[in-house]
Amino acid sequence: MKILPPVSIEGRSLLPGKWDLLAAVLVLGFLILFADVSRDLVQPLASVSTSTLSLDPANLPGFAARTALRMLIAMGVSLAFTFAYATWAAKNPRARLLLVPLLDILQSVPILGFLSITVVWFLSLSPGRVFGAELACVFAIFTSQAWNMAFSFYQSLRTVPEDLTEAGRTFGLSAWARFWRIEAPFATPSLIWNMMVSMSGGWFFVTLSEAISVGNTTIALPGIGSYIAVAIAQQDVGAIFWAIGAMLVVILIYDQLLFRPLVSWADRFRVGEEQRDDPPQSWVLTMLRRSRLIDWLTAPFEAMMRWSYRFTPPSFGVRAAFRDSDSRVSGAVWYGILALLGAFALWRIWGFAAANFSWRELLHATGLGFLTMLRVVVLILLASAIWTPIGIYVGLRPKLTRIVQPVAQFFAAFPANIVFPLAVSLIIFWDLNPDIFLSPLMVLGTQWYILFNVIGGASNIPRELMDVGDNFSVKGWLWWKRIALPAVFPHYLTGAIAASGGTWNASIVAEVANWGNHTLRAHGLGAYIADATQSGDFKRVVLGIAVMAFFVVVVNRLFWQPLYWYAERKFRMTA
Amino acid sequence: MTDLLEVRNVRRSFPRSGGGELLVLDDVSLTLKEGEIVGMLGRSGSGKSTLLRLIAGLARPQGGTISYMGAPILGPAQGVAMVFQGFALFPWMTVLENVELGLEALGLPEKDIRARALAAIDLIGLDGYESAYPRELSGGMRQRVGFARAVVVHPNILLMDEPFSALDVLTAENLRTDLIELWGNKQLPTKGIILVTHNIEEAVLMCDRVLLFSSDPARVSAEIVIDLPQPRERTSPAFEDYVDRIYVEMTARRVERMRQVQAQGDSIALPLGHVPPNQIAGLIEALSAPPYDGKADLPDIAYEQELEVDELFPVAEAMQLLRLADVEGGDIKLTHMGKRFADAELNERKEIFSRALMSHLPLAAHIRKVLDERASHSAPRTRFLDELEDHMTEETADETLKCVVSWARFAELFSYDDDAELFSLENPT
Repeated sequence: MKILPPVSIEGRSLLPGKWDLLAAVLVLGFLILFADVSRDLVQPLASVSTSTLSLDPANLPGFAARTALRMLIAMGVSLAFTFAYATWAAKNPRARLLLVPLLDILQSVPILGFLSITVVWFLSLSPGRVFGAELACVFAIFTSQAWNMAFSFYQSLRTVPEDLTEAGRTFGLSAWARFWRIEAPFATPSLIWNMMVSMSGGWFFVTLSEAISVGNTTIALPGIGSYIAVAIAQQDVGAIFWAIGAMLVVILIYDQLLFRPLVSWADRFRVGEEQRDDPPQSWVLTMLRRSRLIDWLTAPFEAMMRWSYRFTPPSFGVRAAFRDSDSRVSGAVWYGILALLGAFALWRIWGFAAANFSWRELLHATGLGFLTMLRVVVLILLASAIWTPIGIYVGLRPKLTRIVQPVAQFFAAFPANIVFPLAVSLIIFWDLNPDIFLSPLMVLGTQWYILFNVIGGASNIPRELMDVGDNFSVKGWLWWKRIALPAVFPHYLTGAIAASGGTWNASIVAEVANWGNHTLRAHGLGAYIADATQSGDFKRVVLGIAVMAFFVVVVNRLFWQPLYWYAERKFRMTA
Repeated sequence: MTDLLEVRNVRRSFPRSGGGELLVLDDVSLTLKEGEIVGMLGRSGSGKSTLLRLIAGLARPQGGTISYMGAPILGPAQGVAMVFQGFALFPWMTVLENVELGLEALGLPEKDIRARALAAIDLIGLDGYESAYPRELSGGMRQRVGFARAVVVHPNILLMDEPFSALDVLTAENLRTDLIELWGNKQLPTKGIILVTHNIEEAVLMCDRVLLFSSDPARVSAEIVIDLPQPRERTSPAFEDYVDRIYVEMTARRVERMRQVQAQGDSIALPLGHVPPNQIAGLIEALSAPPYDGKADLPDIAYEQELEVDELFPVAEAMQLLRLADVEGGDIKLTHMGKRFADAELNERKEIFSRALMSHLPLAAHIRKVLDERASHSAPRTRFLDELEDHMTEETADETLKCVVSWARFAELFSYDDDAELFSLENPT
């Protein structure tokens, strides 16, 4: 199973349509709305200081548990969102027109930059501040997880094999029953895979959003992220290592207790494929299956679901969307609402722009955007040059693959920002140029996508093809040029697209770095957003985010998308 | 005539995941002379393909020698080219580029590469397809590219690994005829051909000599010289005689071996290949109906039922094993139980099958006994897997258990929960 590329790459049309524009306007409008509301809220909030946090490693298990719990809650919220949003988009052709482009824009918004705004907003919502901060943190993780899960689920729903759907209809299953008995199970393996990918991204965000300061508001929720923030402030290298260790343990536990069982369980939902030689195994799942406890626990739930299948909610499902009688009325209402929303968003944008916009600032941000893009390009090229040959070498050796592949996936899941302080302290120690040496941090966490995708690709090259190479003594550069590189290209590309997207996002935390009271600053759009956040300057935050989202979308549309389809057509091994 | 290739006492085994070795080829010898097509005929998975890879130098034998024109083969040898079962074309290269690959590797000048590639494409009948990608071609055309790619390097030996088995019947026949014609007219720039196949008629149609391979581990069990002029007629009595002879050879050995193992008493160590009960029932029904009325010639029924040897033999053997039929001298004959099965209703069939399992398949009886004796009436899969692995490889044990589960389910002898990997006596009520 592969990682899904972003929406704009899966789509086939190059030029943005009117729906893309509407989606962009809506997102930008609400960004501004958020920012405007938040600006007024920053002042009265007193700080929740970081000084209360102790760096005693004995606290770490507790912190780790809190962090892991936040992840779990956010995952639950993301799942709920996925089911609602993706199903709506898949079942309702009218809604789909907007919802899919909207996902694309949301996927491209560097939510890291938006963190500050949401934090303040959520803080203001709740009377007890800690609860508000918790909400903000969960929301931040949610925004890093939900989009690709929703997109994967949407795609699965749209590709449910016709015969399954028809079988469901023949047996008179209601749309509700069809959804739970056919469509959701069909979508499960891919959804779980994307949950794992989301989780990888989520660790990054949870550690960042636990400790955040906006203007003069500082929040430090107990958790690994805050622990690291304090360690940075106190320049405590030992504590950083403790945090890294704790993070490793948490990720391992998640893998063993949650994802292994899920992947192993979901194996049964793969449709139309041969039984695998080595079906994924999980000791936890085996244990659960052997015990009767789970049966008892799930039995009432199952009974409830079976009971619910007998009813047909009238507004659920495709039939509702195609019903002719009320389609004109509901169409008018729907488009009316959209028009209103769009107008409202435009009005906010207009108001915001009239008050704050300056060409100089936009040019400045765009210029910085090009600087960051240069970094991203160079870094992805470097990472590709290093990891592609290594990935091919590893992937062609099954024994080595079994060792390296999980490690690479693990590194991809590991929040790279945790090791930033170590690198930063070295840069300060040797007095290196931050414009150059901060850059590699951007790709630190994302390069692994390239490695494990290339390994996956190389290990899936049919043996007969490798035999051909051997049989005709194809060696050296000819072998790389004609056989190895083309064979892994589509896989490499999937990895590179994921890595590139992640690298843009990481620029916001990597282009500005602190160590104690030293601050390193590289020139780039990431640093621009980070600085604006730090000083609570919301208009620059919004501008920076908008410019970065624009860069990401344009790069996706103009570069990755054509390349992706070219590779899919020419290099995919389905001949 | 000179020997192009000489294989002497070759042995090859693979390390098993559970430790130990899995012997695939045992003491195999053969020669290929100039101007010969030699067939290697055996079941799928009988190690023929492994042998072919050894000859191509893609892998090394653990024992014995392989020499090509007098020199030992130590790696991929120039002058030995292979045609693959799954075509093995590079999807990102055009037909022309695929064909040119081998020449590029030889480091020839570009002009020669182009000229030779075009000549090969012309020879194999691919004219006009030079710039097509493999995905645009039908299976038959793809395999033609496979042939062109192999002959373009002017190999002394052409190795063909079931080259027609992925093609439909008509296309395969068309390609076979073309190939034989080119070979007969001495248009192929190659001196000898080794053809691996599991299709008996294909072997008789194309080869000068056929080596029969027995499996587990593969040995050459017989050599049959096909002394017929080309082109050969499938319908000629001489042709049919050869086919019959090979059928007899191939079944006799297996059945004999099975009898021996069964005769050893209540040994559970008989490796089984999974044959769905429906196939057994289907063949029994076909056999009991006219024109066979309980007895049939194997080649005939294979032809009538459109069964490949690979599909027919395992079913026939399963029936032999369960004493539902007797396989002898190229014939298959229903036993008394087999006839009763044919006439019975579903529930009675299940009963007959259940009794057959209990009395003729010690492993099934053993599992049932263990389940009966245990208070919980259940036992984990590993309980029996470990037992089987004392006698056979992990893969074979796995396959054997799968087969027993499938048969026992049909017979309602015991049940199995794949999630919990648990055998038990209870069925969902």
